[in-house]
Amino acid sequence: MELTGAQILMKVLKEENADTIFGYPGGAVLDIFDELARADINLVFVRHEQGAVHAADGYARASGKVGVCLVTSGPGATNTVTGIASAYMDSIPLVVITGQVPTHLIGNDAFQEVDIVGITRPCTKHNYLVKDVKDLGDVIKEAFYIARSGRPGPVLIDIPKDLAIAKVPYKVKKKVGLKSYKPTYEPNKKQLKKVVELIKKARKPVIFTGGGVIISGAAKNLTEFAHQTRIPVTGSLMGLGGFPGTDPLWLGMLGMHGTYRANMAVSECDLMIAVGVRFDDRVTGKTDEFAANATIIQIDIDPTSIHKNIPVSVPVVGDCNITLGYLNDLIKKENSEDIKKKREKWLGQIEEWKETTPLVYKQKDNIKPQYVIEKLFEITKGKAIITTEVGQNQMWAAQYYHFDKPGHFITSGGLGCMGFGLPAAIGAQKACPDAIVVDIAGDGSIQMNIQEMATAVQYGLPVKVVILNNRFLGMVRQWQELFYDKLYSSTHLDHNPDFVKLAEAYGALGLRATKPEEVEKILAQGMAHNGPVIMDFVVENEENVYPMVPAGAPITQMLLV
Amino acid sequence: MTEEKYTISILVDNQPGVLSRIAGLFSGRGYNIESLCVAETSEAQLSRVTMVTKGTRPVIEQIKKQLNKLINVVKVIDLTGTRYVQRELALIKVNAKPEFRAEILRIVDIFRCKVVDVGPEHYTVEVTGDEEKLNAILGLLKPLGIKEVARTGNIALSRENNH
Repeated sequence: MELTGAQILMKVLKEENADTIFGYPGGAVLDIFDELARADINLVFVRHEQGAVHAADGYARASGKVGVCLVTSGPGATNTVTGIASAYMDSIPLVVITGQVPTHLIGNDAFQEVDIVGITRPCTKHNYLVKDVKDLGDVIKEAFYIARSGRPGPVLIDIPKDLAIAKVPYKVKKKVGLKSYKPTYEPNKKQLKKVVELIKKARKPVIFTGGGVIISGAAKNLTEFAHQTRIPVTGSLMGLGGFPGTDPLWLGMLGMHGTYRANMAVSECDLMIAVGVRFDDRVTGKTDEFAANATIIQIDIDPTSIHKNIPVSVPVVGDCNITLGYLNDLIKKENSEDIKKKREKWLGQIEEWKETTPLVYKQKDNIKPQYVIEKLFEITKGKAIITTEVGQNQMWAAQYYHFDKPGHFITSGGLGCMGFGLPAAIGAQKACPDAIVVDIAGDGSIQMNIQEMATAVQYGLPVKVVILNNRFLGMVRQWQELFYDKLYSSTHLDHNPDFVKLAEAYGALGLRATKPEEVEKILAQGMAHNGPVIMDFVVENEENVYPMVPAGAPITQMLLV
Repeated sequence: MTEEKYTISILVDNQPGVLSRIAGLFSGRGYNIESLCVAETSEAQLSRVTMVTKGTRPVIEQIKKQLNKLINVVKVIDLTGTRYVQRELALIKVNAKPEFRAEILRIVDIFRCKVVDVGPEHYTVEVTGDEEKLNAILGLLKPLGIKEVARTGNIALSRENNH
């Protein structure tokens, strides 16, 4: 059977279970879009290529599948770079397909030509320029395999225009075999025995979870592990939802804007079990003083994450879910009552920290952003899928919305990419049509990809945008207030659009609250609306995120309210 | 922690762009490349990269892991501290005025190297050896006036156990 390159692409996408793709057409992908119009694949036509990648990212996180994008060459391709870099930092499986100028023009500075494989080499897990249509099918299969296996990540495939119409007999390998790429899933059993011995001895242990717990589907095993051993759990921003946020053993988030008790517990613990984390600088603060009294066990599928920022005593290379499964089996053979008894004093200490220094804010006449999130948590019963933009909105979402399940907190953690939340919400809503999907946004960051409101309206995706509108780039302003003598250089947003009218202009519902007593009503009205909504909450304009650890300081040095 | 020199041999897929992935990894993460040598192996689909790099022990460990993480890297062998042979080749174009010619040829003879190009004002000398030998001959020729030097960088292979 002879197929064109475009037909091969459609066929392999179906084989790889990719039924939804996010895309934007252009000259170099005309033939692929032509084929797509006839194929049994849903296309979500976004309004900007960056939006396509963030949407695919949100889709991947909410569905657990590989997110797929399709864009044209040149500017279409370069517009994907921010989205790809964000997915790479957060280990999100994506396949990004870019069109390229015809093979005979490559290297000629042709119209809309750019070396996207060269540009994205440092921010993809792998990438390909396909030069022969005979390789196309195998490359696409390989790309999906690489994207989803091991530590996942984005993979880019650059397809020259002439390949889309070139015909070739359809022949694709059944199974991908790469001798140079074999991720380690199974942990070393000897190391696991050491882990169990350390847990038995520990008086003040802490579990520290990250994005790896969510990606590997380890939430259930992790919860069982923590309950069996009665060890309190903290998490990085990417780890939220990996352990129930309403569980008594949950300490809250760790790091720069972590809770007092999480930062104190980590600083005083004698054993840290780090699962699927990479010890980012936003978590560790000054590395010399991070968990300085602890023996550190690190479980991660990526060997480069181990010993990178923090020296580790017991490294365990393996899949988090598989590893925790083995650990649970080993712990069951031990005297669990004995283990649990040892924890009482430690848990008492943590409870004391929680009572003396909880997460707080002062209620005033103006709406407090934290209050909006607390009410959002109540009204949605903690069941919404929350995406965020980046900055104060993101930190308050992390602190005040308690995530009980994985895949419910979708944020650009590593790259910290403003403009992420709205397209990610669109992708998440596409993956979970029945879920309530809320983008918690700032008035600055929402404007970075606001054009995607048109996408939400066009496809009837009822995403709810909650803008915490403080007329500032709040997090930058907060740093300027605390560390730059209050010189608010370029952070005052005094020319914002009217967000209610903006929503209406897109054909969405626009709502506004200016007083605390209006918050609940507006949230309820927004959630009840069967369509996309922008809710503009005019909040206190110089509210800060606390606790805060100044950059580079030890995490015990917290500025409190 | 002190920085030391490490010799790392890397087997990679013989494909376009692989060298750029390795070079990009080093520049992007701020690692040093002292020398780098790459050519096809006896298997056409594989190339061998021999790299000399400088760093502290933890940095070198991280470099090896990062290299292994690249999809096109098949094997990373750290030769440092093992038994291996290493060679480098240099071409040295040296001023050869009549009064220096005999001296240059004596040095060439002592180092067992070859003159591969001759002109009225120059000799081009081909020398093979380890880094120490190359530095030694360069040191001796320098006072005579070196016009140009081209060096290949180190290549290395581990020794077999039974030798």
